[in-house]
Amino acid sequence: MKVHEYQAKELLKQYGVPVPEGGVATTSEAAATIAESIGTKVVVKAQIHAGGRGKAGGVKLVDTPAEAAEVADSLLGKTLVTYQTGPGGSVVNQVLVEGAVAIASELYLGMVIDRATERVVVMACTEGGVEIETVAAETPEKILKEFADPNMGLMPYQARNLAFGLGLKDKTASAAASFILKLYRLFVDKDCSIAEINPLITTEDGAVIALDAKLNFDDNALYRQEAVTELRDLGEEEPLEIEASEHGLSYIKLDGNVGCMVNGAGLAMATMDIIKLAGGEPANFLDVGGGAKEESVTNAFKIILADDNVKAVLVNIFGGIVRCDIVAQGVINAAKALDLKTPVIVRLEGTNADEGMRLIDESGLKFETAKGLKAAAEKSVAAATAVGGE
Amino acid sequence: MSILVNSETRVVVQGITGREGTFHTRQCVEYGTNVVAGVTPGKGGQNMDQIPVFDTVGQAVQNEGANASLIFVPPPFAGDAILEAAHAGIEVVVCITEGLPTIDMVKVKDTLAGMDTKLVGPNCPGVITPGECKMGIMPGFIHKEGSVGVISRSGTLTYEAVGQLTEMGIGQSTCIGIGGDPVIGSTFLDLLKLFGEDDDTEAVVLIGEIGGSAEEEAAEYIKKHYKKPVVSFIAGQTAPPGKRMGHAGAIIAGGKGTAAEKVAALEEAGVTVSSSPAEIGSAVAQVLGR
Repeated sequence: MKVHEYQAKELLKQYGVPVPEGGVATTSEAAATIAESIGTKVVVKAQIHAGGRGKAGGVKLVDTPAEAAEVADSLLGKTLVTYQTGPGGSVVNQVLVEGAVAIASELYLGMVIDRATERVVVMACTEGGVEIETVAAETPEKILKEFADPNMGLMPYQARNLAFGLGLKDKTASAAASFILKLYRLFVDKDCSIAEINPLITTEDGAVIALDAKLNFDDNALYRQEAVTELRDLGEEEPLEIEASEHGLSYIKLDGNVGCMVNGAGLAMATMDIIKLAGGEPANFLDVGGGAKEESVTNAFKIILADDNVKAVLVNIFGGIVRCDIVAQGVINAAKALDLKTPVIVRLEGTNADEGMRLIDESGLKFETAKGLKAAAEKSVAAATAVGGE
Repeated sequence: MSILVNSETRVVVQGITGREGTFHTRQCVEYGTNVVAGVTPGKGGQNMDQIPVFDTVGQAVQNEGANASLIFVPPPFAGDAILEAAHAGIEVVVCITEGLPTIDMVKVKDTLAGMDTKLVGPNCPGVITPGECKMGIMPGFIHKEGSVGVISRSGTLTYEAVGQLTEMGIGQSTCIGIGGDPVIGSTFLDLLKLFGEDDDTEAVVLIGEIGGSAEEEAAEYIKKHYKKPVVSFIAGQTAPPGKRMGHAGAIIAGGKGTAAEKVAALEEAGVTVSSSPAEIGSAVAQVLGR
């Protein structure tokens, strides 16, 4: 789960991590009031989940509260397109107004769970404010790393190694070490999957401040993170993906025209791949889950067909716990309930597959059946192409 | 022969009285798995069908000689259940539970590092040695006794591959779904080593997917040390970056973990990589000269 920068900074503050003075506004008047109370130059920052806001014109430095209001007005309610949002962009509903800080140096600090070492890795780098992936690719030796002991946690000496490794001195080094330890505490307490401070800045008087902040959270841990769960902004998510998750389905919209309904994430990805191999483009990833019932199959169809690009649907089920006859009944019910016009290709394998195929054949509805993954994909692509007139 | 489990394996099911636990225990018993005990704290002394239920794994080990555990307890308690089994001396722990917080698994793995227990999962279909022991939720009937080892990060895609093998008359020594989470128990590497030492495994099928670097690590090991033929398929060639494809671990992040990188590393190591998920079985047949 992702949160906005202003929400991440609220959490940082709770853990004693220094952030610039500021507040979030949903109107230009409120933005002016915040700027007024700060009393210095301010930065107005569009709040959307995607990165790349600065280059897209979503972050502006202004001198007066009146200018802050003007910039807020120009951003609020508008769609911001960055290299991370995709061409559709994201609508700005809030702006963060923060006091401008005099920067002595810009650094990078990041934490993730490293899959190779199975530990939380803390990464720091003197190249702040730029794409860390670029640094990692071109000059990996510039990225300092410390791995936290899973049971002891990140130790103070490790935070010092990073702070001194960044070339910081005296008061600034000790402020940086303290910053790192507090951020690690937050990372673990709140079940983060990513914590990234880019840039982390130092000032002439020895302060270390999070100028930007990105926090992502482990979806599996949300059951014990009530306060974090409340920060979810549904406006930032694809409506069909939200609806799918409410029905216990895992759905991701893609750009092709062959809809896919599959059980299991791996098989769902493999189904997308074979559609591509057959010369088509998948319209979505959809995993109906391990315990697919008739109802979830119907819901899955509704979601797949809500995408106007879909010209054919491939149902690919390998029954383990899921019984193919139940899936078949779900497909038949959905076709009747939705008065289905889109061609549907059904491939059932595994538990009760023969029974399922018999139900499909005897339904009197216009389904096409296929034996094997390859034939199923080829028939689906052919059907989508015929309908789409490509 | 086989790895991890066989007809001698004595299984205890943790969470046996829950809905999932009961349902799958019955399926395993029907397949012929030797389920000797169940554990549900507070329900010790009861029976599930004919299987005695204990309060602790330690009691199941002491009274019934359990040496493998199959876990169905809910995510908040699954880490605890894994460590309980390990500390009771269980040799093979298979955790089916989906949805364990990653940081919990980081701690569990660190504790297991100093122990002999082998963990499979979490969030996986389990382990099956065809004809001998099914410890998991996979459909038993699609499997066939034989000499091809199967290791996979996926559930139903494993069934797909196994189904293709069986259809072509190629049996399996042991099939393991290792799970789709970022931090898991046994990895491709751990299991490749076990299959390497198993005299009756002729070839290994390795089914990977986008995200992480486990396939690349496996490729490096295969290149340096492996004698047996390996056939692979990597799911997610068409997956867009930054999107989690169902599994928590299946995500292309920061430009890393793409299918193309994994395929290149495996091919470089001499692995036969099938570009189509429909041709995994035929690729194995070809490698085995059948």
